[in-house]
Amino acid sequence: MSNRSATVLYDAPGPKALRRYRAYSLVSALLLLGLVALFLLQMSRTHQLEYAKWEYFVTPKYLRIILVDGILNTVKAAVIAILVALALGVVLGVGKLADRSWVRWPAWLFVEFFRAVPLLLLIIYIAYSISYGGGVAYIWSLVLGLALYNGAVLAEIVRAGIESLPTGQAEAAYAIGMTKGQVTRIVLLPQAVKVMLPAMISQFVVCLKDTSLGYAILAPGITIVFKQIAQEGRNQVQSALVMAAIYIFLNVLVVAVAHWAQRRYVGEGDTGAAAAADEAV
Amino acid sequence: MDAVWSNFDLVLKAFWLTILLFVVSGLLSLLLGTLLAAMRVGPVPVLSRAGAAYVLLVRNTPLLVMFILVTVALPDIDWGIPDLHLGPLEVSNYFAQGLVALSVYTSSFVCEAVRSGINAVPLGQAEAARSVGMDFGQVMRSVVLPQAFRASIPPLASVQIALVKNTSVAAVFGIAEATFRMRYFTNNDVSARNQIFLMFAIGYVIIVEMVSFGSNRLERRVRTAR
Repeated sequence: MSNRSATVLYDAPGPKALRRYRAYSLVSALLLLGLVALFLLQMSRTHQLEYAKWEYFVTPKYLRIILVDGILNTVKAAVIAILVALALGVVLGVGKLADRSWVRWPAWLFVEFFRAVPLLLLIIYIAYSISYGGGVAYIWSLVLGLALYNGAVLAEIVRAGIESLPTGQAEAAYAIGMTKGQVTRIVLLPQAVKVMLPAMISQFVVCLKDTSLGYAILAPGITIVFKQIAQEGRNQVQSALVMAAIYIFLNVLVVAVAHWAQRRYVGEGDTGAAAAADEAV
Repeated sequence: MDAVWSNFDLVLKAFWLTILLFVVSGLLSLLLGTLLAAMRVGPVPVLSRAGAAYVLLVRNTPLLVMFILVTVALPDIDWGIPDLHLGPLEVSNYFAQGLVALSVYTSSFVCEAVRSGINAVPLGQAEAARSVGMDFGQVMRSVVLPQAFRASIPPLASVQIALVKNTSVAAVFGIAEATFRMRYFTNNDVSARNQIFLMFAIGYVIIVEMVSFGSNRLERRVRTAR
């Protein structure tokens, strides 16, 4: 793919151009290394490289807290939220394609509203409504907000997935006497899943990243655990860096596992995946 | 609810800050993202790897963690972002930090959107242009880039719409934009919580719809017969 895009933009380089590219490579490599060196120098000058400030992340007691209170809570919230969102997304996505307007309109309104409202605004509102002052645990406010928002996004993905199928599929099913419900359930949805999978995977990554917003309502998870560690150890720089590394690792892992599962159980067909995955932010 | 109506100037000011955050960091992210995309598709291997690494690291870091890095970690290594005085413009360091976090985060998505636009141009287009004798500059200017630009409008629009909503994270880091204000009002006026939430939510919906409408118009305007 990179080769193809490369040749749209420029010719295959000759010996002279190759030499020039090598010179550019050398200069930019030196510049980048210089940046990294500058960062490390600044870290050491402000005493951020001292072992005591990193010790928390190799001490078994704290590792357990990070793993159990942090990562486990975050992953739990993300998984429950995405499962609820998936159910919601299928119902709403099919609802938007319904024949009856009293089904179609509420589904449309729900999707448009929850897609356009910032997740943080929603989570704060839910937390005020059901968690503060001894309501349900904060983490459920986070899960509910994530489920509503991702449900609305997945509804659009489901609708687009169904509409992307060749019309002949539905027509053939109607021709042998299936009802609309049967057509959707037996013919359209199973095929649409294959088209939707890449977008669903990237939505799960979005959901996992958004669990970090629990920070604002004190829902347990990675961000809260690291806030506590940073307060206790006065190591804000280290905590922030390790926290970022954990999120990056988790997200890369999710994408890798999902792509493996997709290849294993659904087959290739990865061509549209990159473009669809880019949509999610 | 009366408390909200009598302080309506605070609501307007909050949404003004939201829009300001969106517009400025939107422009900065377009600039930085396009630069990154140029690095990624360019012929220099080191730069293209560096661009790929940036995208991998930044887009997998939650925005909230990016905010923590910029507002808490950077000042600790003496790289904090100060108050800016740009001529008559006074930018508080809170606002500048928000701009940096939002722009750095969004630029990784802009990069991917622009790159997907460039990848959408079929190779045959450049080959045909060359075979009729155009030089490199002409091929780029009149054949490849116009098509790449058109193809990247829809993904860029969804990146910018996400940015509108992402500005809300700034509320956690001391910027009194719309989400911050909603929290403030619901804190003071519990009985009107639902109306306050709906009012602010509709404010965001209006901004999102405006961006989306604008991008649809732009897309239609540059569309050509194929």
